[in-house]
Amino acid sequence: MQPIIDVQHLFKKFQDVTAIDGISFTVRSGEFFGLLGPNGAGKTTTIRMLYGFSPPTRGIIRVFGMDISKDWRKIKARIGVCQQDNTLDPDLTVEQNLMVFAGYFSIPSKEAASRARELLEFFALSNRRSAKVMDLSGGMIRRLILARSLINRPDLLILDEPTTGLDPQSRHQVWDRLEKLKSSGLSIVLTTHYMEEASRLCDRLVIVDAGKILVDGSPADLIERHVGRHVIEIVGPDQALRDFLKAQHVPHDDLGQRIILYTPDGNDLSAAVRANFCHEQCTFRNGTLEDVFLRLTGRELRD
Amino acid sequence: MEIGVISWRFWKVWRRNLVTFQKIWKINFITPLLEPLLFIAAFSLGFAGIVGQIRYGGAELSYTAFIAPALIATAVMNNAFFETTYASFVRMYYQKTFDGMLATPLSIEEIIIAEIVWSASKAAAAAAIMLGVLGAFGYVQFPYGLIAIPLAFFGGIAFGAVGLFFTGVVPTIEMFNLPIFLFVTPMFLFSGTFFPVSNLPLWAKPLALAFPLYHLVELARLVCLGRCETVPLLSIVYLGVFAFLFTTLALIFMRRRLIK
Repeated sequence: MQPIIDVQHLFKKFQDVTAIDGISFTVRSGEFFGLLGPNGAGKTTTIRMLYGFSPPTRGIIRVFGMDISKDWRKIKARIGVCQQDNTLDPDLTVEQNLMVFAGYFSIPSKEAASRARELLEFFALSNRRSAKVMDLSGGMIRRLILARSLINRPDLLILDEPTTGLDPQSRHQVWDRLEKLKSSGLSIVLTTHYMEEASRLCDRLVIVDAGKILVDGSPADLIERHVGRHVIEIVGPDQALRDFLKAQHVPHDDLGQRIILYTPDGNDLSAAVRANFCHEQCTFRNGTLEDVFLRLTGRELRD
Repeated sequence: MEIGVISWRFWKVWRRNLVTFQKIWKINFITPLLEPLLFIAAFSLGFAGIVGQIRYGGAELSYTAFIAPALIATAVMNNAFFETTYASFVRMYYQKTFDGMLATPLSIEEIIIAEIVWSASKAAAAAAIMLGVLGAFGYVQFPYGLIAIPLAFFGGIAFGAVGLFFTGVVPTIEMFNLPIFLFVTPMFLFSGTFFPVSNLPLWAKPLALAFPLYHLVELARLVCLGRCETVPLLSIVYLGVFAFLFTTLALIFMRRRLIK
């Protein structure tokens, strides 16, 4: 089957800086696809090229089988975009924001009104339909932006960090709605740096850093491949532990005050660590996408 | 620039501006309603005693009658220019309205054209109200005076376009002080608004003739009073060329600013 998105050898340069350094990926129809990476990795740049906001320096982007550089208007008519910034109209009410936006897609106003009602219901905003955007909470603003991105009944939804800055309640509500949309068969592309979000929502994801794709796979697959199922965190490790790890060739990260062990299948190792090396505090837990992310992109600050 | 990037879709953006304008239409209408009254009061009460009659276009006019059409022309300039500078900059930079629009089938060119056409529409609405007020005092000859409304739209395109060009190039919103100080204020004072350009010394005349406001003031006098100092056709052509030039520049520089 033809992919919804087909990106081939994509490059983007800003003056002398190469933001995107030759990435290729495809997104299948009905897939929830994640684009992960630290700040400045090129997530938003990639997303902006996907919806035709920003022209690629080199490479090909095909969406719904059409070339974005030629058929951008047809493609954009079928995409919903939830941008990272709040691009709502502060002068308009909640409902007017949806109606005016529907106009940009040439949706007749009667149809737009019924869709707006539906979407406000879906995102639990019905009782705020006449409120000014300025009076909404952060969570409501995010939900309204999501509602607005669905006004054209898109075949592809693009989400650029949809839950950044939200409280846990709002975040879970957004996740819940996104899962419903996913189960309705909508193809979705998500960027985030919340690994919990990506694990929960994405069928498949890529991790990008410095404009390049590092890995590609399902969350479970990536954890299995790069971290292993079991992780042990040891606080205040001593030299004996370090020597032991070296002798046993156990993959680990040494952070000084803390050592993180990655044990593919480690009952024996767990027992050994528990018996001999847990002086201060030991945590035995499952491997997570966050472990994968930190192992692959490093622990240095990016900003 | 590609062909086909500008379609009638730009009216949707125009409509968005109309919807927000209607939210505060009462405030939006106060200025064009009261401003001419203030000017008439100031000039007929205070100033007319000093100036008396003024010689313009081969006839004697009261000073207030002389400046009345110029008030409409400067209101057109201010409405259009301030709309595409401060208001457009706020939409572009602070509200990120254009970023939102660019995720829809709209093109950047349609957004830019809509901003300019909207500023001209707003200017024409202000001109219509002022025309009513000034007409009630007998400073406008009807029905020819009504031509001032499409004229205001035409002039509004010129000033809206030059305003949006500045929006495409200024680094910060505070920088608009510069084009206002160097461009708008001198035009307001020296475009035959408060005194006929024929009163200026010979060296200063070409400068006034280069001002688009001068041509709009003259055309406004023509439709309101039936007389002017310029060749009307030349003034129309000058404003048309000015509007075309700065619309093109606005398209180039706004595109450069927004598309990264």
